[in-house]
Amino acid sequence: MDENLQHRLRARTVKYLQLFALFIAMAIICIPGLWVVLNSFRPTVEIMAKPPVWIPQNLSLDHYRAMFGGVGEGGVPVMRYFTNSLIISVTSTIIAILVGMAGGYAFARYRFRGKAAIFIGLMLTRAVPGVSLSLPLFIVMAKTGLIDTHIGLILVYVALNVPFTIWLIDGFFRQIPAELAEAAEIDGCTRWQAFWKVEFPVARAGVASAGIFAFLTSWNEYALASQLTRSTFSKTMPVGLRDFTSEFTINWGGMCALAVLMIIPALILTFLVQKHLIAGLTFGGVKG
Amino acid sequence: MTRFRLPAWFALLLPAIIVLAAVVLIPLVLSLYSSFTSYRLTRPETLYNWIGTFNYEKAAKSAHFWSAFGRTVLLLTIALNLEMLLGLGLALLVNQVTYGQRALRTIMMFPMMFSPLLVGFQFKFIFNDNVGLVNNALQSIGFSNVAIPWLVDGQLAFFSILVAEMWSSTSVFAILILAGLFAVPRDPIEAAKVDGCTPWQSFRHITLPYIMPFIYIALAIRSLDVARAYDIVQIMTNGGPARRTELLWTLIGRTGYVDAKMGYANAMGYISIFLAIGFTIFFFRKLNAARAELGMGG
Repeated sequence: MDENLQHRLRARTVKYLQLFALFIAMAIICIPGLWVVLNSFRPTVEIMAKPPVWIPQNLSLDHYRAMFGGVGEGGVPVMRYFTNSLIISVTSTIIAILVGMAGGYAFARYRFRGKAAIFIGLMLTRAVPGVSLSLPLFIVMAKTGLIDTHIGLILVYVALNVPFTIWLIDGFFRQIPAELAEAAEIDGCTRWQAFWKVEFPVARAGVASAGIFAFLTSWNEYALASQLTRSTFSKTMPVGLRDFTSEFTINWGGMCALAVLMIIPALILTFLVQKHLIAGLTFGGVKG
Repeated sequence: MTRFRLPAWFALLLPAIIVLAAVVLIPLVLSLYSSFTSYRLTRPETLYNWIGTFNYEKAAKSAHFWSAFGRTVLLLTIALNLEMLLGLGLALLVNQVTYGQRALRTIMMFPMMFSPLLVGFQFKFIFNDNVGLVNNALQSIGFSNVAIPWLVDGQLAFFSILVAEMWSSTSVFAILILAGLFAVPRDPIEAAKVDGCTPWQSFRHITLPYIMPFIYIALAIRSLDVARAYDIVQIMTNGGPARRTELLWTLIGRTGYVDAKMGYANAMGYISIFLAIGFTIFFFRKLNAARAELGMGG
């Protein structure tokens, strides 16, 4: 009886300790982000107050109003950058997915010499750090006149994302038994039809997750964008965020509003395909 | 049938190869060439001024370069290991929860949506010695009444960068390891329990081998974009104060664009590329070994 009680007590303590640890971990994950969101609604004076104001006194949409009104806060045309970012990210994601599907299909379905070497070679292009790439890329782009254009950045982001999309999509196609497509071909489909009508619908989750990663990478990329864009014509949101702070170092509130605007599309998209994201990473990666 | 056709696999891979050749390979060849010249951005004609391995010798003799190199390796090693351990811990904790696990998983993904640039600003703000969240909190609790110079002192700045980097990337590990935990079969664990294994033994000898491939995947994915740390460091300290948090990437970026010494920067860039490739190949090897152990090789 006594032993039972002791055992139960210990089990309960462990459980509460676990919950407590979990709570702390979640708080650490959430607070930095939520703090930015909260500050975007507070006047800069209050954020910078000394001694600190812990409980927000007056929340307002002033920063957002300033951001969307007129030319935008701090002379940064936020909507222009937002549109640029959207065009560049979406286009490059779609192209990267198409190229990645072709490549992934080749790796999953065909046998050829030097397959492993080509695969590793493609992956290694992703390992090249952005900074070491941005220097020579800058020279090449300047020579070909692609600096400060949407096309230039789209091309770069496609290349940046293709290795990873190939890796994920390859893993997904491998999961689909080859007999499935063969059966369709026997029934009179061409290989092309078999792909779109049989294999693609099965691998859709993998394609979706690869798409999310490609989008997040292009949406958030800064090192290359900062070198390859020059004017409002092609500058993206991360570059805008950087410009904003170098001109107005003090305006934390406005910066936070800009940051929130930058997170929203990523947030919406990630939550929409959350389930595929985990499946994509694990099946695509591990079983590939 | 007599007509020559490209093999199908090659035709399918061609778009990927063309894009990667145009954006990665050609610039890399160019940078390899320019690393043997005294190329300066401000004077284009210096691109043809061949100086042999001078830049490499200069880098090899430069104390700044080697301290940045060492610091980069140190940061990567500490960050990747801690992220892996914390991610494992977090995944195990979340895996224990039965009610509301979906919501927890969603919260866990929160940092993945933040641009590294944003993470940099966020933590620069949080660690600000005057109005930052950390100092304000410490002072309000009464733990300290001086402003701790988080981003000014060399070692504290390194620590702050490490915290920012870990905040942004631990969740990648946690999510992958959690997915691995879902895939662990129940039967062997129950059998082990019946046979009298302690929880630690069944974790060490059953669960861990099963999730090892997932851990290596996470390491491989992370090592593929180690340079993410560049954005964070560039915003938080830009290598300062007085080069005390200088990493290879900030050093290269500054040499190339601010000092305009492209040739020298490219030489250092080449060395850092090999560092990144080394890390990646190492983890891919481990991944394949772990896969083979589970009979998923190929």
